[in-house]
Amino acid sequence: MAVVMFIGVTGLFLDISGTLHHWLSWMPKVQFLPALLALNFIIVGALLLLTLIFGRIYCSVICPLGVMQDLLARLNRKRNKYSYSKAVSWLRYTMLGVMVVAFVAGIGSLFALLAPYSSFGRIATHLLQPLWIFGNNALASVAESADSYAFYHVDAWMRGLPTFVIALVTFVVIGILAWKHGRTYCNTICPVGTLLGFFARFSWFKVVFDEGKCRDCSMCSKNCKAACIDYKSHTVDYSRCVACGNCLEKCKFGALKYAHKAVKKQEVGKSETEETVTSVDTGKRSFLLATALATTAAIAQEGKKVDGKLADIEDKVAPKRQTPITPPGSRSASNMAKRCTACQLCVSECPNQVLRPSVGLMTLMQPEMSYERGYCRPECNRCSEVCPTGAIQHIGEDEKSSIQIGHAVWVKKNCVAVTDKVECGNCARHCPVGAIEMVPLDENDEDTPFIPSVNVERCIGCGACENLCPARPLSAIYVEGHEVHREV
Amino acid sequence: MKKISRRVFLKLFGGGALATSAALAACGGKAAGAKDAEDEYKNQVEPPVGKMTYREDPHTKNKISLLGYGMMRLPTMKDTKGGSGDEIDQDMVNKLVDYAIEHGVNYFDTSPAYCQGKSEASTGIALHKYPREKYHVATKLSNFSPTTLSKKASIEMYHNSMKELQVDYIDYYLLHAIGGGGMEALHQRFLDNGMLDFLVAEREAGRIRNLGFSYHGDIEVFDYLLENHDKYKWDFVQIELNYLDWEYANEINPDNTDAKYLYGELEKRGIPAVVMEPLLGGRLSKLPQFLYTRIKQRDPEKSAASWAFRYAGSPEGVLTVLSGMTFMEHLKDNLLSFCPLTPVTEEDKEFLYEVAKEIVGTDNIPCNDCKYCLPCPYGIDIPGIFVHYNKCKNEGRIPLEIMEEEYAKRRREYLIGYDRAVPRMRQADHCIGCAQCVEHCPQSIKIPQELMKISEFVENLRRNPVIKHDEQPQDNTDSES
Repeated sequence: MAVVMFIGVTGLFLDISGTLHHWLSWMPKVQFLPALLALNFIIVGALLLLTLIFGRIYCSVICPLGVMQDLLARLNRKRNKYSYSKAVSWLRYTMLGVMVVAFVAGIGSLFALLAPYSSFGRIATHLLQPLWIFGNNALASVAESADSYAFYHVDAWMRGLPTFVIALVTFVVIGILAWKHGRTYCNTICPVGTLLGFFARFSWFKVVFDEGKCRDCSMCSKNCKAACIDYKSHTVDYSRCVACGNCLEKCKFGALKYAHKAVKKQEVGKSETEETVTSVDTGKRSFLLATALATTAAIAQEGKKVDGKLADIEDKVAPKRQTPITPPGSRSASNMAKRCTACQLCVSECPNQVLRPSVGLMTLMQPEMSYERGYCRPECNRCSEVCPTGAIQHIGEDEKSSIQIGHAVWVKKNCVAVTDKVECGNCARHCPVGAIEMVPLDENDEDTPFIPSVNVERCIGCGACENLCPARPLSAIYVEGHEVHREV
Repeated sequence: MKKISRRVFLKLFGGGALATSAALAACGGKAAGAKDAEDEYKNQVEPPVGKMTYREDPHTKNKISLLGYGMMRLPTMKDTKGGSGDEIDQDMVNKLVDYAIEHGVNYFDTSPAYCQGKSEASTGIALHKYPREKYHVATKLSNFSPTTLSKKASIEMYHNSMKELQVDYIDYYLLHAIGGGGMEALHQRFLDNGMLDFLVAEREAGRIRNLGFSYHGDIEVFDYLLENHDKYKWDFVQIELNYLDWEYANEINPDNTDAKYLYGELEKRGIPAVVMEPLLGGRLSKLPQFLYTRIKQRDPEKSAASWAFRYAGSPEGVLTVLSGMTFMEHLKDNLLSFCPLTPVTEEDKEFLYEVAKEIVGTDNIPCNDCKYCLPCPYGIDIPGIFVHYNKCKNEGRIPLEIMEEEYAKRRREYLIGYDRAVPRMRQADHCIGCAQCVEHCPQSIKIPQELMKISEFVENLRRNPVIKHDEQPQDNTDSES
């Protein structure tokens, strides 16, 4: 189950063909925080009920970050590597508190930083997907030489440095913690773990000691990745137990059972923060190395484009938008800020290379749009189909062309009709809603260059004009976002 | 990979089958039978030496090989170092030229404009080791650019050609592509600056042995120059001639003139014709499948291209037929058509005109991939876009024209193939319609309009992953915009 769920969610993040989400988009929607944010009380209730019956199996089976930690821990072949430690309750509850405060105060970035599913999403999008794409592109080259259309080339590009850094640091920190200490992250930092742990204490089924059979061999404690079994006092900290069942297997005497029994008291202990600090250091170092490598690779690729026969094309540069553009379906910047957990699923799904994580402090890592590499195509509604939290709400294809997410602004000094004295009109030609008309620069002189006149009432902000504008590196027409979307 | 191995397999299998059947048929003379089959096979791929058909130049009495080597599509090595473009594969050029000369080719046609300006030097290197009288070299005054319009700049171009080709006289010198830009361009390039008078004087001085012109486009210019034949004494004229352009050039593009008329005018005046575009940049070889099959059926042992070459070489007034041969296989196949030439019969001609009629019906974009339109200032890969479109069209893979169940597959293939052939930033939707390319197109294609049609067609594909039932699938290529 855990593996199926994990592969499913990971597949969803890696998928570049846009087919998996038809079947798998329910998977992120049963994640706890996304469901909470989507105000999907049925799922939230079901998850709490699940915890009340079976304990924290959510953390073992449904949470992809949890499963990822287990997989990483498995790579460490050392046996009996764990030991019991006391719960770090002050940190746990502080984290939960911070999360709640962040949510209430609308600090989306802080909230997103703590959300476990989103952490996984960022790792999958920024670290795993590029590797996946490189593999795919290798296959695409083979397919091309064999005249097959089974695989096709996809660009891997740096969507946002800060988010990439955060994903990498998260991965390194969690990875090292998992490698050495199993589920430390889940039991000290993860607010979902803390919340579910609270309920898990009262769960119907739990791991219980049969004190008569126990020989105090300590095998259970040494194999508990949550470090929650104290074999000496024969107690299990149920707020931390993720019901993985490893202890049941390891106990040679049948002294442990997964059954119904009343709750016992549990204790509060000291911190493990020292570890966290050191591992951050290592994280930084390897990050620097990785970025250095990535940068040189990127530079090497740039040079290849020149071919002599064709005029060089300068890459487009994103303009400084006064208001960021959020994808259709997100309704407003505030809805996005409030409900998005920055899992990057929409970013990794976007087939037009439009969505990327924001770098703004308050909206850090949440998606925003820019049109240097493509534009928000009228037939595509993929981000709205996959978003698990309701930050981007589902919209139909026909609905899409009537949602105004921004409006186009013309910049005279960049327009080729003015600078190169050529006929152009490419923006008008490609506007899917016919909001642009070409008019003479001087209204009394038909011989002056024709320039676009944008009907901002009809413009939906899709960015076709901006993307297809021949002016480079800055377009002569660009889209300014709307804080609140409207219907046209 | 697949294709090559299959071809090799078929060759082997075909050869083997022939050998076996021959062996079976002739039980007694086994060895002789097998040998026949082997020869039969070899005859299909290896041109004989010493069998080339030659035509006599009425002016110089030179014997010119009926196959001329066009140096516009020379083999290149893929540029992997990020330099300024693909480098010419000089070793391969030498090899091709050596093989051609060995098999009797003695006419080589180049221009300062070919292969991004690298063709003349490459031709010079390949030919230099041969005695000067063994080969005839043709080059052109390609003064299209405003910077080369002055007499001084044009003369410099002429002298530079001699230097690059490492020769002290030029056998055949042409006013390059007159007709493009109409009479105005003719005046600017050759008449008003005195270049034509200069070239006539050079001919008298013996540094140009034959003076002529190549023609595309506006017929007024062609007629004007021929009306003044008494004054300029054209030694030859280079025209487009093939079984499609013979009667349908005008039908494909109203600005073009049928080869029948052009050739007729030359014949009247006894001017030999040098034929260019006998294969229309490969379009008469890369035919739609059903036409390809029809041509193959007429003679299964001959290529589709061979018919185009034999057709172009058949009229007695043709001095030589130029072919831009990039690969050894092209060269061998073409040599087979001219060593010696078997002229096409009247029946053959009728058959080819039938094929031509069908080609006109397929509505291809008449782009020959000559790249004269490049570079587009906005970076569009114009020929790349047209070639991919024609290819899909000819293979019957245009999504909107076929059955619904095939649509999704064809759509995917078209879009993926398009991205592979042309990078996104160089695709048709980036064309702004500035029309700077139009005057450079020898085929007078209305490039911006055609690009916009393709852009619209691709946009339709992108928007519709499946054909919608309430909408009639429409073929944008048919509607004039």
